[in-house]
Amino acid sequence: MKVAVVGAGPAGVRAVERLVAAGLSPVWIDEAPDGGGRIYQRPPVGLARDARTLYGFEAKRATSVHDTLDALKPKVDWRPETLVWHIRPEARTLNTLSRGRQAEVAYDAAILCTGAMDRVIPVPGWTRPGVTTLGAAQIALKTQGCGIGRRVAFLGTGPLLWLVAYQYAKAGAEVVAVLDTTSFATKMRAAPGLMLGGMTFAKGLYYTAWLRRRGIRIAEGVTPIAIDGDDNGVTAIAWRDAAGREHRAECDAAGIGWGLKPEAQLADLARVPFRHDPVQANWVPVRDGAGRTPVAGIYLAGDGAGIGGAEVAEIAGARAALALLADAGHRIDPIETVTLDGRLAMQARFRAALERAFPFPAHLARGIADDTLLCRCEGLRAGELRAAARAEAATGPATEVNRAKSFTRVGMGRCQGRVCGAAAAEVLAAELGCDVVATGRLRGQPPVKPIPIPAPVSAP
Amino acid sequence: MKLVRLRDASRPRITLTLEGQAIEAQQGDTLLTALLAAGAGHLRESEFGDGPRAGFCLMGACQDCWVVVEGMGRVRACATLAAQGMEVRRG
Repeated sequence: MKVAVVGAGPAGVRAVERLVAAGLSPVWIDEAPDGGGRIYQRPPVGLARDARTLYGFEAKRATSVHDTLDALKPKVDWRPETLVWHIRPEARTLNTLSRGRQAEVAYDAAILCTGAMDRVIPVPGWTRPGVTTLGAAQIALKTQGCGIGRRVAFLGTGPLLWLVAYQYAKAGAEVVAVLDTTSFATKMRAAPGLMLGGMTFAKGLYYTAWLRRRGIRIAEGVTPIAIDGDDNGVTAIAWRDAAGREHRAECDAAGIGWGLKPEAQLADLARVPFRHDPVQANWVPVRDGAGRTPVAGIYLAGDGAGIGGAEVAEIAGARAALALLADAGHRIDPIETVTLDGRLAMQARFRAALERAFPFPAHLARGIADDTLLCRCEGLRAGELRAAARAEAATGPATEVNRAKSFTRVGMGRCQGRVCGAAAAEVLAAELGCDVVATGRLRGQPPVKPIPIPAPVSAP
Repeated sequence: MKLVRLRDASRPRITLTLEGQAIEAQQGDTLLTALLAAGAGHLRESEFGDGPRAGFCLMGACQDCWVVVEGMGRVRACATLAAQGMEVRRG
């Protein structure tokens, strides 16, 4: 049986571990040189890899994932630095690109563990050099030992906002402000549910308390105004507090992000249907609790199947592998599946509380000013999308996101809507006066990331 | 944008060029780190005239850090390791 696993983060590692234990030797593909996913990404050779420094409280987990990954490599067809740019479910084939070389990988069953990226709301000035996602700010520190600036502001919401601010302050950067768009009251309302998270919740409280103790400027319930700058990059960040007063802090960089969204493009190309998850405020691929999709042979695990975090990804990766094995006629220990299912159910309740504690502020996306750059790839401003949504538009109104893409090029550029998609859908929904679900979902297109087109060889 | 080296900053030096100008970097740097820590400021200009760009996601998804390397063509600066003697142009 030919099995392919895409992704070598926590979900992929635990999936492959189970497949190998069952005697299979899957093709295992990852875009990074050394696996680990984004959360446990390892620095390149030459940089120190002290787990405690790099991963903090998660050092034990990271080390365990890395050790398992390294032990599995010789037992599988390990293909690092390889992009899966297309999947054809009818032919059960993956198209890959590695160091300029194309290949096809046939599979009978595939587990897609494609991870997540930051969810972003455009703010005036967000395309300036010096503004990155929160995830980017963390990756710069974790894998390159660098801060995105010397005096850094962090803006957005979610656990990552506080974690990255803590990590920067600890590494010696000056954190000039932590600006959370969620109010303190909203977080407190979710506190009882957050208790389910046990240690995860405790760590979150620790980061917040640590930042407060250092006297770092913290504001909750803020409304972003702008990230200002000059030719050299960022110079300041401005926001409005919960009482409507304007504030400003000088800085030379800003990390922004409002939670995560699944990188589910391959599931989309595999024709897995999607549903809108109102708790996450994300479109997520349809799967059962074990990771089976309605598409034969396609299984999903980790954040690419809906945001759950690294701990969930490990459990879900193992669970998806067991589902695949069971479907292929292998004998599976029923106690193990029940145990994993129980842990997933518990984690799902915590995750729902976490999403309520740090909700996606759709109103901020809906209120993006007309002259603010919305789609950074195509240079499109929010007002241009709004104009396309109006009945008097020459094309007729863009009543859903794919029409809006055709009319305005929103989401058509190099990132294929990964960055602007969530906010663009809210802008469109607000203009149309409908719920964001009614505006639909940007359809995926191959290649999932830009790949070079080889020049045709001319006949002699 | 100026990346600031906060730790692990005394690795062996390498030299590359940006638009023909020598840039000093460290072994293990990505191109993005090498250029932005050395003071390049930005990596490319938006095709739509809305200003310079210097990457955004650092995880190979946003494609906003494209540069051109002699012999390699267009690459993502965040996902490409810098190497001794690389000749880089802004994307």
